Amino acid sequence: MVDRVDLLFRPVTEQLALLRRREVTPTALAETYLARIAALDPSLHAFLYVDPDAVRAEALRWDARYAAGGDLPPLAGVPIAVKDLICTRGVPTTCGSRILEGWRPPYDATVIARLRRAGAILLGKTNMDEFAMGSSTENSAFGPTHNPWDRERVPGGSSGGSAAAVAGGLAPWALGTDTGGSIRQPAALCGIVGLKPTYGRVSRYGLVAYGSSLDQIGPLTRTVDDAALLLEALAGWDPLDATSADLDRPECRGGLAGGAAGLRIGVVREGMGEGLEAGVGDAIAEAVRLLSDLGAEIEEVTLPTIGYALPTYYLLATAEASSNLARYDGVRHGLRVGAADIIDLFSRTRNRGFGAEVKRRIMLGTYALSAGFYEAYYLNAQRARTLVRQDFDRALGAVDLLLLPTSPTVAFPLGARVDDPLQMYLADIFTIPVNLAGLPGISIPCGFTGGLPVGLQLIGRAFDETTLLRAAAAYEQAAGWWRKVPPS
Amino acid sequence: MAEGPPVVTVTARRTRDGIAAEPVIGLEIHVQLLTASKMFCGCAVAFGAPPNTLICPVCLGLPGALPVTNRRAVALGLRTAVALRCAVAPESRFHRKNYYYPDLPKNYQISQYQYADHPPLGSDGWLEFAALGVPRAVRIRRVHLEEDTGKLLHVEREGAVSHTLIDYNRSGVPLMEVVTQPDLRSPAEAREFLIVLRALLQYLEVSSGRMEEGTMRVDANVSLRRLDGTAGIRTEVKNMNSLRAVERALAFEAARQADLLTAGGTVTQETRHWDERRQVTFASRVKEEAEDYRYFPEPDLIPITVEPAEVERVREALPELPAQKATRYVSALGLSAYDADLIVRRPPLAAFFEEALALYPNAKALANWLTGDIAGLLNAEGKEIDETALRPEGLAALLRLIDDGRISGRIAKDLLPELVRGGADPSALVAARGLEQISDAADLTRLVEDVLAAHPGAVEEFRKGKARAIAFLVGQVMRETRGRANPDLVNRLLRERLGG
Repeated sequence: MVDRVDLLFRPVTEQLALLRRREVTPTALAETYLARIAALDPSLHAFLYVDPDAVRAEALRWDARYAAGGDLPPLAGVPIAVKDLICTRGVPTTCGSRILEGWRPPYDATVIARLRRAGAILLGKTNMDEFAMGSSTENSAFGPTHNPWDRERVPGGSSGGSAAAVAGGLAPWALGTDTGGSIRQPAALCGIVGLKPTYGRVSRYGLVAYGSSLDQIGPLTRTVDDAALLLEALAGWDPLDATSADLDRPECRGGLAGGAAGLRIGVVREGMGEGLEAGVGDAIAEAVRLLSDLGAEIEEVTLPTIGYALPTYYLLATAEASSNLARYDGVRHGLRVGAADIIDLFSRTRNRGFGAEVKRRIMLGTYALSAGFYEAYYLNAQRARTLVRQDFDRALGAVDLLLLPTSPTVAFPLGARVDDPLQMYLADIFTIPVNLAGLPGISIPCGFTGGLPVGLQLIGRAFDETTLLRAAAAYEQAAGWWRKVPPS
Repeated sequence: MAEGPPVVTVTARRTRDGIAAEPVIGLEIHVQLLTASKMFCGCAVAFGAPPNTLICPVCLGLPGALPVTNRRAVALGLRTAVALRCAVAPESRFHRKNYYYPDLPKNYQISQYQYADHPPLGSDGWLEFAALGVPRAVRIRRVHLEEDTGKLLHVEREGAVSHTLIDYNRSGVPLMEVVTQPDLRSPAEAREFLIVLRALLQYLEVSSGRMEEGTMRVDANVSLRRLDGTAGIRTEVKNMNSLRAVERALAFEAARQADLLTAGGTVTQETRHWDERRQVTFASRVKEEAEDYRYFPEPDLIPITVEPAEVERVREALPELPAQKATRYVSALGLSAYDADLIVRRPPLAAFFEEALALYPNAKALANWLTGDIAGLLNAEGKEIDETALRPEGLAALLRLIDDGRISGRIAKDLLPELVRGGADPSALVAARGLEQISDAADLTRLVEDVLAAHPGAVEEFRKGKARAIAFLVGQVMRETRGRANPDLVNRLLRERLGG
């Protein structure tokens, strides 16, 4: 049998091989992670909910299936951590908010249903910034998550719980969601792989909405191959999501070994300038050299409108959020604060149930949509979004992939930015434009500075995750950063 | 078909105490679409199910749930837009109308708002109708789709509301909104327009259009425009639950505004509710703020796209519409315009008429019966003909019995209520009850002689030249036979005996 600690940091592709060879049982795998969670989560706080008995029961069921032999679904018996923004039937789903504390959805999100059919076991629900609004997981109503590489630092956000769980070996892989960088930025800050698929690639049904035109579910994994494997399980048209793309599931894994030779990669000039931490810039430059050595054709490209992305995002995402979050009113689900009349019930419930950042964004969005301001804010932001998208389309007409840092900095200390929302918003300056353009983006580990991981971001053409993952895999295998794990 | 909307003509005026003004009325009609499932989810649409049994994460607005547009609802909206001669938008979007109310689970309603570059499904159409015999047309501003809300039930204890229950069965039910231009000029005209619009929607099989059941709801804007052209301030009138209520509420509101103006006052722009019991409109007690719905495009839905070829296909597949049908009844079947209109405005009656016509080819006789005695019975029972037991076969058989001289018209009229209620076969009924007409000359001669003997006074009057006396004598024979005597024969026999 395989050593437990060794198992923790194995890619899922290898864990599946061990399971299929009956060298490991689903129960042994599950117990390994449950033990790790019991030992480390009190200090990391990556999870909001774990039900060990439910995990064990599921694992036993898969033990029997493995013992019986015969055909098994592709992810049979592999545990997965899920961001608490994704609805899980009968399992608490808080979105990191007091307003949904205790709510158990009566239905599974489409991705959860697909994972269950594929044989995955729900390991637990992970911590996050409230309603995915934040870049550090400090906006969770249930306390922050700590970065496994340095407990005094943030894991990034909003999928910080998922990123910390994978980085710390508390889960083999995880689901996150990305509206403006919420998968890629925590992946970068925790030294793992994070993939935001093309908008429409993965169903949003059952993903609690923040910015509906930007939200996308994706994998947080140890390796690019794992990300490809998970994407294949998640992707595909869903009749329950009108914005999901009517395309066949991508066969990403088959193309992973293609290498980087001949790929034209555009280094985005705007990503390499001011505001970039020196260590981050150095790691990125080193990664570019390695990709060049691997045969990629490196060019410099420019995205002149990228500077409009941040303000554009904070108008559109908040406008959508102000409407999406209107349903939390104390009438049907979650928190209800008793009151004299219905208006009072609404305002007291929302006042107590929402945290400061959520309130700030609801107010921003309400303002942007208000009569007399709609034209100046929302409509102009839509126009700016079109310009950003056109900018990306033009750049990706000349090169296959774009390259820039995932985050301008490494993980920052807990509390360092909580009083300065603008500084916090800048954490997503390189990831937000990709959501506005609806394109697939990936963050992969590309080194360390001061003992903290740096993330390299690659951006591909719409629905061409295959090329994106192929380049990422080539770099990953050559660089080998993925093997580094945080000190226990 | 005309090339453009006919010119709107003024047909009604009111004058009151020196203020000459006419009502200017525009209507907003919401109709529930005849779909099996809701607008954005698969839940069934049904009336009268136990509360909160026709719900799912989508129509309950649960976190994470997403809407998907009901294609059937779009098809019905498109059919209506085409029938109303609207311009159909090649691409129209849904929008979110944001406001907080507990019957609205998401606290926004998915609807279609009109921006310059976001037209609704249909816009700028018109509908022709006859108002008090005068051909008229009302311009249609827009036709769009949206979702219905749930229903609140306020529970009272000891005279005060103790709590409120919510039934979300209706939440997400498909609605179509038809908005007219302010082209109507009297409450009666508004009523006539609604009757024709309802008939159109029924012919299109788009909606059942029943105001009493809430599948058609009407809000009205009304103002008084002075005859010098000065526009008045309008009020919106809501809560009218029948056509009669619409007519009365508008008449009350127009008179109220006229009184205000006569007294030197001004009309306040406000929403007023019709109180059916007191027969008045009243302003909501809540002070109205200008509501800001913060409309924006619904990001969860893709636009509705309609190819021009699709519009053509829909146009070609339209059923015969009320105006065409009425014209055909007059020109091809020889009905009066009045009778044609009476039949056409009630689609079940028109369907009945056409089915009966296939069995009994005398259109005028059918129309007389349908618009006369049968319409009277329907109105008395508050039903449409397809809700009664009367079948086209039954009516045709009844009329054939008259034509064959087997029963009198009098007997036929007497039998109608039974056919409407019980649906029996008229021949069998006539045979069982012995109602068959007496056309035997020998039998009737005997009766005629008895009557002449019994009423010498009438005989005398007739001989003195009082022709009407014969009607009395015929009546006496009919009475003796309980209406079964053949009236023509009786008449002839009497005249022979009287030498008239």
